[in-house]
Parts: sequence; C-alpha cells; structure tokens
Amino acid sequence: MIQQTRKAIGRIIPPSIQKHNWGRTTLIGLPWFWLALFFLLPFLFVLKISLSEAALMQPPYLPFIRGIEDGLVTLVVNFSNYTLIFEDPLYVNALLNSMQIAAISTLLTLIIGYPMAYAIAKAPKHWRLPLLMLIILPFWTSFLIRVYAWIGILKNNGLFNNALMWLGITDQPIEILYTPVAVYIGIIYSYLPFVILPLYATLIRMDNSLLEAAADLGCKPWKQFLTITLPLSLPGIIAGSMLVFIPVMGEFVIPDLLGGPNSLMIGKLMWTEFFSNKDWPVASALAVTLLIILIIPFVLWQHYERRQEEKRS
Amino acid sequence: MKKSRFPLLMTILVFGYAFLYGPILSLIIYSFNESRLVTVWGGWSTKWYGELLQNQAILDAAGLSLKIAALSATFAMILGTLAALALVRFKRFKGRNVLGVMVAAPLVMPEVILGLSLLLLFVAMDDLLGWPSGRGQTTIILAHMTFAMAYVAVVVRSRIAHLDQSLEEAAMDLGAKPIKVFFTITLPIIAPALMAGWLLAFTLSLDDLVVASFVSGPGATTLPMVVYSSVRLGVSPQINALATLIVVLVGIAVAVAGYVMYRQEKIRQTEMHPDSK
Repeated sequence: MIQQTRKAIGRIIPPSIQKHNWGRTTLIGLPWFWLALFFLLPFLFVLKISLSEAALMQPPYLPFIRGIEDGLVTLVVNFSNYTLIFEDPLYVNALLNSMQIAAISTLLTLIIGYPMAYAIAKAPKHWRLPLLMLIILPFWTSFLIRVYAWIGILKNNGLFNNALMWLGITDQPIEILYTPVAVYIGIIYSYLPFVILPLYATLIRMDNSLLEAAADLGCKPWKQFLTITLPLSLPGIIAGSMLVFIPVMGEFVIPDLLGGPNSLMIGKLMWTEFFSNKDWPVASALAVTLLIILIIPFVLWQHYERRQEEKRS
Repeated sequence: MKKSRFPLLMTILVFGYAFLYGPILSLIIYSFNESRLVTVWGGWSTKWYGELLQNQAILDAAGLSLKIAALSATFAMILGTLAALALVRFKRFKGRNVLGVMVAAPLVMPEVILGLSLLLLFVAMDDLLGWPSGRGQTTIILAHMTFAMAYVAVVVRSRIAHLDQSLEEAAMDLGAKPIKVFFTITLPIIAPALMAGWLLAFTLSLDDLVVASFVSGPGATTLPMVVYSSVRLGVSPQINALATLIVVLVGIAVAVAGYVMYRQEKIRQTEMHPDSK
C-alpha cells in the first residue's frame, strides 16, 4: 500500500523536481519564507512593542535595551500595558462586547445563511451556478461601500424609516443607525457569503439516499432534517462559523461606521489607540490579547479540517 | 425535491437576494439623484458623476489604488500558485503543516492585527536594513501581496486538486521535459483559476482600508482612505456615484471572466470527452 502510494507520488511529481532538488526547494521555499517573513515574524515585533513603554518620539516607544552601563545591558520589560487592559473597564468591556457581538452575529448569520444555502442546493441543477455567482458577486464589490450603503438606509431620515412612516407603521423614525442593531445588520450583510458557500459545499455533497431511506421508514421531514441533514452539514457549519467569528472579533469598519459609542469593539479601540492616541504599545498589547483569544478557535478548527481531509482521502 | 416545498425555498431565495442586492441598488439609484440630501428625491441627474470626475483627490487616489492593486495581484498570483502547488503536489515535507496554517490564517486574521504587525515589521526592517525606507506605495504592495496570496492559494489549490493528472503523465511518458509539461499542459488547465485568483487579489487590494491605513505613509493615500474620510463626515452623493462606477466595472469584469471560464470549461470538456456531447 505504502509502496504503491510512493510510486503514485513519484509519477505525480515531475522528475526534474525529484532529480534536482532546487526545483522542489524553490516551489516550497519561496511561499514558505515569504509568509514566515511577512506573516509570522511580525507577530514577534507586536509582542516586543507591547512590552515597551510609550514615548513622544519616532517611532513612539522606548527601546528595550536602554544602553550599556559598566558592561551591563539594561533590559526594560514593561507589563503595564497589559495590566491597563485588564484593569481598565473600558478595555475589558470592549473585549467582552466584541466576543458577544461576534458570537451572536455568527449565530444569526448561520440562521439566515443555512436556509439560503439549502435552497440553492435543492434548486434545479442549471440554476445553481448562477445562484452561487450572485452570492459571490457582492463580495467582489467594495466592502467599505457596501457598509456605507446601510448608512443611507438606516438613518433617521433614511430609506427604511421613510418607508415605515409612509406605510403608517410609525409616526417617528426608529433609531437604528449608531445602535448595536445597525452593527448586527452590517455584520450579517457583509459576512453572509462566507457562511453560505461552505454550507452549500457540504449540502451538495450529501447523499440523498439516506433521506429517502428515512422517509421510507416513516420519518417526518423535520426529523429527517434534524437527525440527518443537520449533523451531516456540521463541517460546513463549523467552517462558516469560523469564517465569521474570527474576523468579526477584530472588525473595525462596521462598528466605526454603523455603531454608536456604546458598541465599542476591540478592533475599533485598537485603531483609536494607534491613530488618535499614538499609543503603539497599548495597541500592540490589545493585538496580542486578541490574538491569544482567537488562536484557540483557530487551532481547533484547523485540527478539525485536517481530520476531515484525512477522512476523505 | 418534493414539489410542495418549492414555494418556501423560492421565498427564502427571493428575500435573501433582496437583502444582498437592495443596499447596492439603493446606492445606484441615489447616485442619479439631483438633490444633495441623499434620501430626498429631487429628480434624475448625472451631475454627481461630473463632480466626481473633477475631484482631483479622488482621481489621484484611484490611480494609486489601481497601480497598487495590479502590482500586488500579480505578485500574489505567482506566490499563491507556488504555495498551492507545494501543498497539493507534495504531501510530505518539513514545515508542510506550518505552510498550511500560514496560508489559511490570513483569510480569517482580523485586519487590524495584520496591519499593525506589518507596520511594526516595516519599522524594524527600516531601522535594521534601511529598507523599505519610509512607508508608502512599496509597503502597501508588500502587505497586500501577503494577504492576497493566501486567497489565491485557496482558489488555485482546489483547481489543482481536481486536476486530471493523466494528461501530464502522458506528456511525460512521451518524453516532454517537466518545465515544458508545466507550461504547455498544467498552466493552460489551471489558467482560469489563476485569472480568478488574480481578480480576487486585485479587488481585495482595491478595497482594503485597514491594512493600507496602518502601513501607508504621508503621500500615499489610496481610494478607500479617501472614501472613508468622506464617509465619516456623512453620506455624500459623489461617493454614491463612485460606488456605482465600481459596482458596474466589477460586474462587467466578473461577468466577462465568468463567461471566459465557462467557455474554456466547455471546450475542455468536449475535447476530453467528445462522445458525451
């Protein structure tokens, strides 16, 4: 078995790469080192700056090594940025608020995205590709502009309130813009395709004979859904949740443009610390904290994906 | 599918697509609004397009953004394809899992973290190596390449994974050199995926506000930065006109790309299975 696999791999890999190792080395090495340099290494600098002290200079922090005196290197490590984050309610609240908003909007996006993915998967075959293209298309147009569109809709004198008042449902505009509701709408709207696509991918692969067998045995449709369809689409649910939850935790544009002062999220706070307060160390400490929180779901998800991949092959 | 459930599924789809396209449609309609107040209808007019085309700040920023997007998408396409080839064709090598994670992580990594970490890297590199001196165009291109290559890798990877390798094997059995096999067989087959990856990288770069704001310096203002600062001040009809232009251009590009890919797929299928047609 292993012998056969080796042979198969030997046929797949062009012989030049097998003979001259440089071909293989370039192919693997170039993207590897690029990402190591521009994606992994920068996190070390974030960690380093998060442990230094803010100062009025360029760049705005004091160096680690404070000169050499009497042959002794003075290293100054400063944890005050972290104590500030965990003691000041502003930062703690922003963290908890981000987690809450990310969790609730992930759930809402799933609830809205699942029926859509299901409907596309059950649509006649020649409809599916155009329907999927229409899900992806908004993703190609500017994200910033799509979020901006909601300002015009949700404003007090915006389209939504005008429509409600014209229909006589309310006399006064309902305040939506600059409230958490607007943030939820913006997130669901922007992240919906990220849930629909993986869900569709698992739903379309599903074996319909299971459902038919269950139906033949007298299983009711809703029970079929709960006991067969839903568990089998779990990989799609997990992938979709991660594609929403992780980036939303650090979302900046949506809470900044649609949210009010009450919907403070950690991404927005980082932006303010960096651009308005010019406090690079606190911004870095916030980034490290956010990263540590996000690494747990990310590692679990990657582990799950690898297991799925192994199961398939 | 049972016929009885069809109306329910149709309703879901109608509402879903209305939700996705309603806001975009409202932007387009109100870009032709005479009135300065974006939500009051004052009759049809194209005057905001005229004003947009005279707004030098927006035009300059658009030029810079297009240049950055074209360059970073091209480099991202090359690097992303290499990463995809490495991950699909080599099942076992040192650091494969690390590469897999590094390719997947930028897709979900919050942009504020990406932006800040790249900025700190550029500051440290400038300090130690003297390159890239200062921040601006170059640093934005480097940053965009890095996260866009992950998207390219995902698109190209699925294409290579589903590739029929018998063609490559046949060519090699007939004595073609591997480099030749790659350029005459593999590349034409995965070309649609490369095109899709390039387009995706291009639009991601054109659209990026957060990462570019972090790694940019004085003098390099991209289109999203201009849009953002004007949007923060409230709704502006010129931005509606700009949004309409972007939506129309992207729509045309995606439609053309989709049509080309569809045609290629069809030609390829008829060439490979002439009997089935």
